[in-house]
Amino acid sequence: MAKILSKKFYEEMKKLEPRYPSKVALLLPALHAAQNELSWLSPEALNEVGEYIGIHPAQVREVASFYTMYNLKPVGKYHLKICTNVACCLMGAEKLVDHCEKKLGILAGETTPDKKFTVMEEECLGACGTAPAMMLNDDYYEKLDVKKLDQILAGLE
Amino acid sequence: MGMVSTETLFIQHFGNEEARGMDYYLEKMAGYSALKKALQMSQDDVISEVKKSNLRGRGGAGFPTGVKWGFIPKQATQPKYLVCNADESEPGTFKDRDLMRFTPHLLIEGMAIAGHAIGSNTGYIYIRGEYTREAKLLDAAIEEAYSKGCLGKNILGSNFSFDLTVHRGAGAYICGEETGLLNSLEGKRGEPRVKPPFPAQAGAFGGPTIVNNVETLSAIPFIINRGGEWFAKLGKLEKSGGTRLFCVSGHVKKPGLYELPAGGVTLRQLIYDYCGGILGDKKLKAVIPGGSSAPVLTPDEIDVVLDIEPLMKIGTMLGSAGIMVVSEDYCLVKLITRITKFYAHESCGQCTPCREGCKWMEDVLHRIEHGHGQERDLALLLDIADNINGKTLCALGDAAAGPVTSFVRKFKADFEEHIRGKKCPNA
Repeated sequence: MAKILSKKFYEEMKKLEPRYPSKVALLLPALHAAQNELSWLSPEALNEVGEYIGIHPAQVREVASFYTMYNLKPVGKYHLKICTNVACCLMGAEKLVDHCEKKLGILAGETTPDKKFTVMEEECLGACGTAPAMMLNDDYYEKLDVKKLDQILAGLE
Repeated sequence: MGMVSTETLFIQHFGNEEARGMDYYLEKMAGYSALKKALQMSQDDVISEVKKSNLRGRGGAGFPTGVKWGFIPKQATQPKYLVCNADESEPGTFKDRDLMRFTPHLLIEGMAIAGHAIGSNTGYIYIRGEYTREAKLLDAAIEEAYSKGCLGKNILGSNFSFDLTVHRGAGAYICGEETGLLNSLEGKRGEPRVKPPFPAQAGAFGGPTIVNNVETLSAIPFIINRGGEWFAKLGKLEKSGGTRLFCVSGHVKKPGLYELPAGGVTLRQLIYDYCGGILGDKKLKAVIPGGSSAPVLTPDEIDVVLDIEPLMKIGTMLGSAGIMVVSEDYCLVKLITRITKFYAHESCGQCTPCREGCKWMEDVLHRIEHGHGQERDLALLLDIADNINGKTLCALGDAAAGPVTSFVRKFKADFEEHIRGKKCPNA
């Protein structure tokens, strides 16, 4: 089968290999790198990661499904993860989730039909002193309120 | 009462993006001079200096760092590993993020020194997956350290070599538990292991391993440069050396990080003198003093000194020093329901009491919160919590049970109001 992971993926992995005494330890870094390229981990991507590491695809799935950051379903171009853990809830995070749900017409955990937005409720992001916080793709946004959230959403193409 | 004046090690650099660079570190922070000094000391001397410092683990358990390092067998046939726990997954905790993004070289230098002390040539920083930006900053700092000969082969001209790699987690609270972390590092599900063997005997990849928190390792350069005794004296209680980063969040006027002597202030001082009191000058309702796993405190209990033993004495813990403050108008039943939902979500599922019990507690709390609870539910909650506590492989079970027990015991009237009124009185 044709490979779906790029040459860059394999080069990056080659560089990491000497850092670990076992190749299986590259599984999490490989899944991150694959997701960076493809935005989600399709069955084909999981198979190819398994083939590279030298483990059964079931073992890749067993591990990938343990961690919430690996997208085993497609996600939108903009992936909003709103923290609703204790400190963020104390500072009104639920209002942010409600607002997103109403504005985008989806429930937390869903993706808009145009594949632009995915909204998720997230566990603690470690930004409790600047709560409420959310991640938009790889970036943190902190000390949020509905107005700021609207400004951020308005800036997204 | 009032503020205490103290020397701080870290916080003056937070917010200063320049501080993260090698040049600043070398010029303004005596960068890598402690490593140079440590490499001229024997392994035992380094460990004994750290023992003298009374540095205790800043990740939550508070175990004396020097003693932990001493557990590494001298005559090991397998490679030894040093792992930095940068998972910072305990809700309410946000200090390690600033240490990594503003003073990454302190951590790198601390790890190189620790590697020398325990005889390890390989280190990993296991950082939570969400800290993508911080991982990149660490990578850049590590590269700088390699280019200046502070990492890699024959560090600073010595015969000690140490490689350091940033390893990203991928979203799992349980990977903050050290054996769960080690499984995750090895490319497995982050399920905690049966102990013994402890990591010092068989940890990462089967080799003797030390796992230390970011703040713990970042303190090491200071201890080597200025001496264990000096560090010990920064702390105000006999067994606790150094300063500590307290993470304050929730309903206070000035949330954020506060660096204060270990055991130097009370919880009341921190909330009212440092953080400016409660938002809107409302009344204090409750405080969670050590991350969401710590049993809750009432306003009558906040004259406690903020350190490991004093908090333990009143049935809670300092943990990772994540202090969450709740004012009078927030519903505590809603709060503990949310906390319990978190533990139910994060239970790895290996141990039945935790996997099933956390979900049951969440369900019972949820129905009380929404006005469908019954009087007998309170006894049921205590019973489920008791059946989890101490009956699981790792501390996640206790972390879920302790808060539920404390909220039900200390704020029983709040639960009864929901049950009798058949709704949340705050809604």
